[in-house]
Amino acid sequence: MEYEIVMGLETHVELSTNTKIFCGCTTEFGGEPNTHCCPICIGLPGTMPKLNYQVVRYAVMAGLSLNCEIAKVAKMDRKNYVYPDLPKAYQISEYDKPLCEHGYIELSNGRKIGITRIHIEEDAGKLIHERGQTFIDYNRGGVPLIEIVSEPDFRSVDEVTEYLEYLQLTMRYIGVSDCKMQEGSMRCDVNVSVRPVGSDKFGTRTELKNMNSFTNIAKAVKYEVQRQIDVIESGEKVVQETRRFNDASGTTESMRGKEDAHDYRYFREPDLVTISVSDDEIEKIRKLIPELPNKKISKYIELYGLSEVDAKLLVKYKRVADFFEKSIDGVKVYKNCSNFIISLIFSRFETEDQKEQFNINVTPEDMNELLKLLEAGTIRNNVAKKTLGEMLDTGKKVKDILSEDDLKGLSQEELTGICNKAVESNPKAVADYLGGKDKAVKSMLGFVMKNTQGKADAQLAEKIIIDIIKNK
Amino acid sequence: MISKIHELLKTKKISCVELVQKYLAAIDTLNDKLIAYVNVSSDLALQSAKSIDEKIASGEDFDILCGVPMTLKDNISTKGLETTCCSNILKGYTPIYDASVWKNLKNKGSILLGKTNMDEFAMGSSCENSCFGGAKNPHNYNYVAGGSSGGVASAVGAGIAAYGLGSDTGGSIRQPASFCGLVGLKPTYGAVSRYGLIAYASSLDQIGPITTSARDAAIVYDEIAFKDDMDSTCKGKLCDTVSHLDDNIKGIKIGIASEYFKAIDSEVEDSINKALEVYKSMGATLVDVSLPSIDYVLPVYYIIACAEASSNLGRYDGIRYGFRASEYKSIHEMISKTRSQGFGDEVKRRILLGTYVLSSGYYDAYYKKAQMLRGNIINDFNSAFESCDVILAPTVPMTAFENGTTSRDPVEMYQTDICTVSINIAGLPAVSLPCGFDSKNLPIGMQLIGPKFSEANLLCLANKFEQATDRCFFKNIEGGINL
Repeated sequence: MEYEIVMGLETHVELSTNTKIFCGCTTEFGGEPNTHCCPICIGLPGTMPKLNYQVVRYAVMAGLSLNCEIAKVAKMDRKNYVYPDLPKAYQISEYDKPLCEHGYIELSNGRKIGITRIHIEEDAGKLIHERGQTFIDYNRGGVPLIEIVSEPDFRSVDEVTEYLEYLQLTMRYIGVSDCKMQEGSMRCDVNVSVRPVGSDKFGTRTELKNMNSFTNIAKAVKYEVQRQIDVIESGEKVVQETRRFNDASGTTESMRGKEDAHDYRYFREPDLVTISVSDDEIEKIRKLIPELPNKKISKYIELYGLSEVDAKLLVKYKRVADFFEKSIDGVKVYKNCSNFIISLIFSRFETEDQKEQFNINVTPEDMNELLKLLEAGTIRNNVAKKTLGEMLDTGKKVKDILSEDDLKGLSQEELTGICNKAVESNPKAVADYLGGKDKAVKSMLGFVMKNTQGKADAQLAEKIIIDIIKNK
Repeated sequence: MISKIHELLKTKKISCVELVQKYLAAIDTLNDKLIAYVNVSSDLALQSAKSIDEKIASGEDFDILCGVPMTLKDNISTKGLETTCCSNILKGYTPIYDASVWKNLKNKGSILLGKTNMDEFAMGSSCENSCFGGAKNPHNYNYVAGGSSGGVASAVGAGIAAYGLGSDTGGSIRQPASFCGLVGLKPTYGAVSRYGLIAYASSLDQIGPITTSARDAAIVYDEIAFKDDMDSTCKGKLCDTVSHLDDNIKGIKIGIASEYFKAIDSEVEDSINKALEVYKSMGATLVDVSLPSIDYVLPVYYIIACAEASSNLGRYDGIRYGFRASEYKSIHEMISKTRSQGFGDEVKRRILLGTYVLSSGYYDAYYKKAQMLRGNIINDFNSAFESCDVILAPTVPMTAFENGTTSRDPVEMYQTDICTVSINIAGLPAVSLPCGFDSKNLPIGMQLIGPKFSEANLLCLANKFEQATDRCFFKNIEGGINL
């Protein structure tokens, strides 16, 4: 039988506010265990949460960029459960009145993935298992999170990957999170089920946890889908449960069944007042949202004439896209710039992080100057590449690298003169050419290039040489 | 009392150190029997007294509460001073921060004599649910001081603290104040910061003073009711109350809700009727008001309070502070043993009840319904205050219980809260003040209930009654400090 995969995602994104959601402690990643803590975030008796309003603003910004409706009035609730990394024995979250609802992301295949809701909540601490003992680090406790819950709209692993990449990119663009899967600032649980193609009833789902990279998510989903199909094919039923991805074996393992599911006993957090977001405030936040990646990509393709691959490569990193857009100010041929970035600058970076940081010696103004010289024909492409290489190596400016002679360019008369010399000093090549060997013109062209320090336009020079020979 | 002490210190009739020594000596003599204090901070108190004497000597102006020896209920966090909520589970827990109210009082030069007894986690009406044993009534040691702020009332009533701060979730300030013949103010929800008050039921808890006069209650209220960034639900006071103590009360309308007079001791009823006559003689008029939803207050209170408590008390797991069971094989066992051994029966009962009413499948039938009824009760009060300025009611339908009667049926105990809990449910202010003695010579109290943030009016009315009756319902107890 043919099966269709149905998936829904719950994505946690750590917000990059300076301080935690309910106290003034830093949200910085790392740090000696339990040094980013205070009475509030370790839940000492008598302490009360104090909402960091920046968290609300960031969540609203995330909601707006994912096409959500923003609640004018929201409240926070307690989600009660006992675990050593949760010092109050409840997590302050939002239960039935989330800040953002009814959004969507449009995928490249034209399908829309619904965003059910986005709510704000606090992160828990971390358990560290070492030397047969368990230690608790509460540094992460109270770091603000948004949970982005999707509708069960995914039908393939590729859709999941595209959604997550888009989500990551969007959050980075609007600056609310660095979304690093490895550091846990972006985490994703996947609800997976399968059903016979054509069926409109959902199959029994399992929830997959513990995947710390996009690759692992794809692996876990692929494994789980096959496992569920095998279960059904063997005449058994899929059990509703939470399953953990095992990185080493590439498989998923049962973690807890439905009957062990927590009863969170949600109720309104009495220590916090109602959160209200005015229309004015929403509009203010909307204005802060920069051009989003999907818009940028189509602009790069349609307006700048870049290929889809190149457009996506540039847009993938906000700093790169910013650099690109500043560099092409007043330039007519945008492709030169994208080529330089992709082939010359990216090749200098080894990691994604480095591309993300885009730490280079060259300013967009420097790049713009170089692009304009190239476009005007003052310098040739190879000279431009060499120059850019030196700029990147040394941080020198265009004018420091290129001599006055380089910048002077080559006039038509000068070029014709050198071409004449090339013909005169290569009688053998001229004879060969006239004898039908078209390639013979190349040796004369080499002479021209050598004597113009590569400044000549090869195509033009070739045409002049042929004209000279023919008119002789 | 507070003004008197201020005057004595100002005129240098007594030094602060001498004053504190007097109090400490009296505590030493009386506390073994009273069990008012569970932790006396003599060194700290003397140290602060010394620095205050220096301040006074330097001729600097000093605040009305400066140098006044007082006490805090043991659920108000004090930096560096053990705070246990009179529970075994918090034994050995020393806060690393001060509750906002204490931080402010400390800055004003208040002298903390020690932490006072209470029902474990403020759950109880007799103080007998304390792991230290219940505080006794200074009027008769065979009777309880009341609860849950029994220690504060016992200490202030016995004259071994000039005043104290308690907390009131369902009557825990007013009921012991009533039992011990004192003034107890439960402020409007949101008038006083709860930051640092170890939570029992967060939507009901309020800190307030227990004092020996309405004036003292006003002085203390004015200092503890301020807007606090650390408590988002706290707005502070509407206006100063001390300056309104002598306002004219002529023409004031006092509401009488018959619902508060059901199943009330006849001696209590008599005293209250006499008090009403006093008010009438001062120009007040009486109006009948109706609070039909009052019948539901006890179930509503116990559902909401227990639900919140079950969540608030989840953090006591033995991992970070306080008591930890000594033998366990897993983290799970450690937590469950710690809680089984650390909590007393009443606390366990309320955690179980609260967990139950919040559980899926029961939430709608209990918690949700209770919240709905809470709305009805608030509406009842709103309509009542359309025809009156204050409502006068008994604080408790009876006088203090005899020691050891808490082991009775818990539901029967819960019934005694009938007059006090509705005020917490509605978030209103109420002041309890003495208005008589029963045949056993135990104090009788009445309470004045007002609309939100009407503390100034309530304290003014209490003050007028106190003056009109020449403070005859206040009694100095032998052995205590009477200045």
